[in-house]
Amino acid sequence: MTSQSVSPVATEAALRAKNVSVYYGSALAVRDVNLDIFKHEITAFIGPSGCGKSTLLRCFNRTNDLIPGARVEGKAMFHGTDLYAKDIDPVYVRRRIGMVFQKPNPFTKSIYENIAFAARINGYKGDMDELVENSLRRAALWDEVKDKLRQSGLSLSGGQQQRLCIARTIAIEPEVILMDEPCSALDPISTLQIEELMKELESRYTIVIVTHNMQQASRISDKTAFFNAEATESGNKVGYLVEYGDTEQIFNDPREQATQDYVSGRFG
Amino acid sequence: MTPLSSQATPLDAGWDIEQKQVLKALDRRQGIDKGFSWLALLAVIFSLFVLVVLLVDILIDGVPVLSWNFLTSFPSRRPEAAGIVSALVGTIWVMVLVALFTFPIGVGAGIFLEEFVPDSLIAKAVEINISNLAGVPSIIYGLLGLQVFVRILFPITQGRSVLSGALTLALLVLPIVIIATRESLRSIPGSLRQAGFALGATRWQVIRSHVFPLALPGILTGVILALSRAIGETAPLITIGALTYIPFLPELSLRGLQSPFTVLPIQIFNWVSRPQADFHALAAGAIIVLMVILLLMNATAIYLRNRFQK
Ligand SMILES: Nc1ncnc2c1ncn2[C@@H]1O[C@H](COP(=O)(O)OP(=O)(O)OP(=O)(O)O)[C@@H](O)[C@H]1O
Ligand SMILES: [Mg+2]
Repeated sequence: MTSQSVSPVATEAALRAKNVSVYYGSALAVRDVNLDIFKHEITAFIGPSGCGKSTLLRCFNRTNDLIPGARVEGKAMFHGTDLYAKDIDPVYVRRRIGMVFQKPNPFTKSIYENIAFAARINGYKGDMDELVENSLRRAALWDEVKDKLRQSGLSLSGGQQQRLCIARTIAIEPEVILMDEPCSALDPISTLQIEELMKELESRYTIVIVTHNMQQASRISDKTAFFNAEATESGNKVGYLVEYGDTEQIFNDPREQATQDYVSGRFG
Repeated sequence: MTPLSSQATPLDAGWDIEQKQVLKALDRRQGIDKGFSWLALLAVIFSLFVLVVLLVDILIDGVPVLSWNFLTSFPSRRPEAAGIVSALVGTIWVMVLVALFTFPIGVGAGIFLEEFVPDSLIAKAVEINISNLAGVPSIIYGLLGLQVFVRILFPITQGRSVLSGALTLALLVLPIVIIATRESLRSIPGSLRQAGFALGATRWQVIRSHVFPLALPGILTGVILALSRAIGETAPLITIGALTYIPFLPELSLRGLQSPFTVLPIQIFNWVSRPQADFHALAAGAIIVLMVILLLMNATAIYLRNRFQK
């Protein structure tokens, strides 16, 4: 409470996964993940395709609930509260823990309305024009769309759509932002802008980002979690957390050989 | 250096040989392509031809009897004096009521089943049952209507009334509306729902603002298809005992809902089954009127769809 500007040495865990396993139907997708995500930090999830990064990410704001047959075991906690407890409303969870999806999914409404909807349903009472402009500016999209706010969000390019989705998410000021490969469809310049945005947001928010871009992970994240997948006897792959630690350590001095191979590009 | 250039470098020469084969194969493929489009055209011509023959036949018979008098006279034993006003008004009454019943109930049920019910055995059972209901012969609905609406609900419907008829037809087409609604909702990508949920929207907010507007054109098409089916139904209405001779119009009030009625298909059926050729011409005239109403309904649907699609 006293000095906010001094960054605390050991920060509080905003999100915690305790023995989290996720099933799709009867197939185990991710097993037994234990992980703390710290407040006001950027945490990167890296690992080969299909190892369950998106799956684990979705556990943290209960978007897995929307997938028929998906089941979460273990505990996913937000400031010590079990996100899957009986009395927790998933709508409230998602309002505080926002998400940007791997594939851009703007609403089929105008650019303006994409952001205004998010704000309105969450009870925003202030100046809507200002909020829309600010959000778009922060998502590095304003200059490209300021003259066509009334056009459909779908008329934008893929990368612009992704930034619109980011703008929409930050407009409602969640405490945690889960980003699933937000830059995979972006050019290097927009990518840098998004990274700057994340850096700027870090002081106020907690960010988890999934990325296949090693440089990006090492550039922006404080902590990095490396996931891998191994085949079971029945043939399907199960993802698991291999190693988690300070980004510095994961990239320069990993404990596991698999991590070493992956971050140096000698994988598979 | 492109493969298509004729300057032969060794590599291009290699291409040249294959190029000939490729071109030959392409000719064949294009030939199949043409052949298929001709076949498709033939199918269209055939079905259009049947339709045109039917239409011309009806028009030749029916146009001479069309007149203001025909539209505004009550049925009569004398063909010169007979008209369709009671059947026309009856059809409009019934269709308006059917639309009022089926739209909210059918669309509501469709939304509930598609968006709110979790996948379960019961949900599957309900789904299969509704699909089956859509295929039940209409006369069965007539029997159901006779028992439930005409007899059991007599105090409300007053028996063989407009209300009983409309309720029976509504039951008949509800499965169609429910199925169309579900299909239409299902075609909206899940990523859109996720987008809404991830922003802290409730299920209703997501459906109301993002899913339903996109599904509406498809839903409207389904509703109109259902109404088009209802407007031509005769069997269930005859089963519940709609009359064929109605020399008055139901009054425009709640009481009017309880008055006896007839509809165009019943009037047509009645005229066609008489021996005199004059009545057959009247039937043809009534068919033209029925078709015009159908076309108007479809036009409305297309207009609404285009409006909502924007
Ligand atoms: N909706 C779903 N239904 C069934 N199985 C799923 C579903 N989503 C993911 N899976 C399975 O779970 C496993 C992990 O998938 P996930 O999308 O989490 O991987 P990922 O690490 O995000 O991969 P990528 O880097 O390619 O995005 C995969 O084997 C995938 O087949
Ligand atoms: Mg993924």
